[in-house]
Amino acid sequence: MSAPVTSVQPVLEFARIGRDDVPSAGGKGASLGELLRAGVRVPDGFVVTTAAFRDAMGVLADEVGRRVAGLDPGDADRLAAETAEIRQLVESAPPPTPVADAVLAGYARLSAEAGQPDLPVAVRSSATSEDSAEASFAGLQDTYLWVHGGQSVLDHVRRCWASLYSVESVTYRLRRGIPETDLAMAVVVQQMVGARSSGVMFTRSPQTGDRSVIALDASWGLGSAVVGGDVTPDSFVVNKVTGEIVRRTVATKTCWHQPDPSGHGIVEAEVPTQLRDVPSVDDEEIAELVAIARRVEAHYGCPQDIEWAVSRTAPRGENVFLLQSRPETVWAEKDAARHQTAPAARPFDHVFSMLGGRRPSGG
Amino acid sequence: MFQSAGERSFPLPSQIAAAAGAEGWESMYPYFTRFQPEDDQRFWFYNAMHFPEVIPAFDGITSEIPYTAIGANTARLFSFPTTMGIEYRILNGRVYITANAVTDPARIQERLTDFQERAGHYYANWDELYIGWQQRIEALIAEIEAVEVPRLQELDDLSVVTGARGYATNHLLRENFHRCVDLYSKMWHHHTEFLMLGYGAYVVFFEFCRNAFPEIGDQMVARMVAGMDVTMYQPDEELKKLAALAVELDLADLFVEGGEPAKVLAALGERGDAGARWLAALEEAKDPWFHVSVGDGFYHHHLSWSDDLTVPFAALPRYVEQIRGGADLTRPTKRLAEERERIAQEYRALLGGDEEKAAFDQMLGLCRQVFPYIESHKFYCEHWFTTRFFQKIRAFGGLLADRGVLAEAEDVFHLRHTEVEDALADVQLAWASGGTELGARHWQPIVDERKRIVAALTGWSPPPALGPVPEALNDPAVQMLWGVTDETVQTWLGGNELDEKVVRGYAASPGVVEGVARVLESVNEIGQIREGEVLVCAVTAPSWGPVFGKIAAAVSDIGGTMSHAAIVAREYGMPAVVGTGQATTRIRTGDRVRVDGDRGIVTILG
Repeated sequence: MSAPVTSVQPVLEFARIGRDDVPSAGGKGASLGELLRAGVRVPDGFVVTTAAFRDAMGVLADEVGRRVAGLDPGDADRLAAETAEIRQLVESAPPPTPVADAVLAGYARLSAEAGQPDLPVAVRSSATSEDSAEASFAGLQDTYLWVHGGQSVLDHVRRCWASLYSVESVTYRLRRGIPETDLAMAVVVQQMVGARSSGVMFTRSPQTGDRSVIALDASWGLGSAVVGGDVTPDSFVVNKVTGEIVRRTVATKTCWHQPDPSGHGIVEAEVPTQLRDVPSVDDEEIAELVAIARRVEAHYGCPQDIEWAVSRTAPRGENVFLLQSRPETVWAEKDAARHQTAPAARPFDHVFSMLGGRRPSGG
Repeated sequence: MFQSAGERSFPLPSQIAAAAGAEGWESMYPYFTRFQPEDDQRFWFYNAMHFPEVIPAFDGITSEIPYTAIGANTARLFSFPTTMGIEYRILNGRVYITANAVTDPARIQERLTDFQERAGHYYANWDELYIGWQQRIEALIAEIEAVEVPRLQELDDLSVVTGARGYATNHLLRENFHRCVDLYSKMWHHHTEFLMLGYGAYVVFFEFCRNAFPEIGDQMVARMVAGMDVTMYQPDEELKKLAALAVELDLADLFVEGGEPAKVLAALGERGDAGARWLAALEEAKDPWFHVSVGDGFYHHHLSWSDDLTVPFAALPRYVEQIRGGADLTRPTKRLAEERERIAQEYRALLGGDEEKAAFDQMLGLCRQVFPYIESHKFYCEHWFTTRFFQKIRAFGGLLADRGVLAEAEDVFHLRHTEVEDALADVQLAWASGGTELGARHWQPIVDERKRIVAALTGWSPPPALGPVPEALNDPAVQMLWGVTDETVQTWLGGNELDEKVVRGYAASPGVVEGVARVLESVNEIGQIREGEVLVCAVTAPSWGPVFGKIAAAVSDIGGTMSHAAIVAREYGMPAVVGTGQATTRIRTGDRVRVDGDRGIVTILG
């Protein structure tokens, strides 16, 4: 485990971040850096740190803080109006030159490394709070796909910052009494994968919690169609121990998300007929995804909820990318409640307790 | 425990009429196998796993005797707390069974105390007792092999007089026949002596795995537990050795696809010293390793390799070809053992905590301790001993045919064992009196009639179960004894709604393949199988293992996931669905089928 990055640099490349850098890079940013350290292929990018956020808020912070503190969470109308104004303020205020320059330089470097000027990127907020409820207000909705051009990236970074002042986010802080002075947010800027197929993986069964299987959902195009529930994906269950695909359900996939032909954002469209009933990933790709999932799970030491994509352009063997990985939470709680068999005095005492007339309910 | 007969009910025994043309089938079996009026109140199911075919009159002994032994062990020796033994009945030539559960809590508690003392003694001393078991079973095999089928001559041997033996040879007809039956009974007691305790250890581990890994299949549990099972693989190993010897002695040209055993043997006889050496090696391998039955040891007509060389000789050409091509056919026991250990350790690593891991170690350890018995008892009991038993009975049939009582030796299997004793008494009397046996006039019409009845019964489709459905079959011991769970019953109940293109069975070996079906009526057709076909047959016995190398998948009417055939299929890495009950009647040679060994489903594609 390496020491966290202590500097206050406004921009940090993924390669310089690890799991302990949540305070500066946010949860999402720290996780992407950590995945890279674990040897997992993730699309390259950088984080606009919480230090950059604080710099940018600088002179605004006092005024904004005062205005938020004066709000009543019960007064919905005024709250909506005030927060809209605050967001407008945050989005339109030009960031300090060092921050703007660092973001533009980071983007230029990323474009140069990819060999593509105006490289399309995803801009996502990355919350520092470990509180998943707060994180979901303050961050998860704020994902801007297929952004390109330095100025546009900068604009979207500011939009992410402004999202901290959404009605939901502010209401949440007011009700919890969270002081505005503790507020911080990082933003992830990451190269887009021109996804042929994408989807999600759980490193345990979402239905039964079984930790010996990996459940994988996949569909054509960008992952937002699967995550957003716009399509019924293909679904596979793979045994971790043997690698066997124990269940496969190929769905009729009618819709996909693709980059907007205008060059900005994404559009939803119909999947061409000839692709609809074809599996969106092949067995070899499933095997690679499963191998990666196992590595990530082992790296973190607990079951993971993973987003992934298979690139349209990268050659086989280099075309599978992880976009995100976070701990699975639903079954983790149930695990604690599950009955765990304890060892007996003699091994065959287990036989006695089982064949000794234990009568499960209904018998 | 049982719901009243209503919607959740199978046909009642009393509602089932004799199959057309098979009226009077009851006379083939003893009175105590017949359904009684009060049996309508109980739940019964067809034991398709052990008795997939119509039972000829003599073969009734293969249900009568095993059920005297298994019930004695669970009910009276080890005092299993929640179950006594199994009752069986015969209907239209098929065996239906039910278990007598113990449900009174006070009685269960009493039985549990005895169970702990008695079963505890066996578990605690397992390895030592198992060595004793092997000695006892080998002694029984030696005894059955030594039983003489008397030869009745014009005058008894002079030595009987000079040695003052005191009794004439006709006495030995009944004594020796009876010894065969007695030894067969003893063998079955020994067979079940360790079996239910062994299964108990397995079921406990299986339930544990199901709790920890809800989606785990029983195949995976079996893979963690299975040993190297040296005994049941040995016949196949002997074949590989013979194939290697054929190559070494430059006899490979004689082993070609479709060669009939008799012709191959004759050709070997003309190849001088090399041929003689190979034939000697064959004789050496035969005893005991060719005493594997092509079935599971419950029918006289499931012959062994030593009775009929068709199966081994169908496998030899392929082995010869592979060895000539430089292939190493040695069974990779080291790799298999490592793989078993890897799977077990990976599952263990996925468990919640150290307590649970310790319990896993205990249960897996116990399973592996008992498994050598579970794996190897079949070769000793159902194969080696039973092959010898049926050979002796066939020889008594030969004697009855020689004396004119029967038209041919095989007809003895159309008499019940008590009727065989009658026929032998007839011979004893005729030889003693200097008169003539009266059996020809009595038995031969009966045999003819029974052959006709067996043929008529063969066309009858047995319902999977009879009577009202029990509320829940949730007692592990009863499930273990029956081999049937709630899910099985639910599947049967839904049976009518199932797609007629779908045949369901046990998922015995994973993987999904499509191929052209080859339905084999009997093992004698095994030479017809072509590379890449899907084998469909009544029984996939372990002795068919050698042909597994040739086929893409196996489907059978009978068998369970713990059967040796399933274990062999897994080792060959070939999908298998067993215990379908009806694959051979629903699928035709030439049909394109998809075998889903993960889910136990065979789909007829056209």
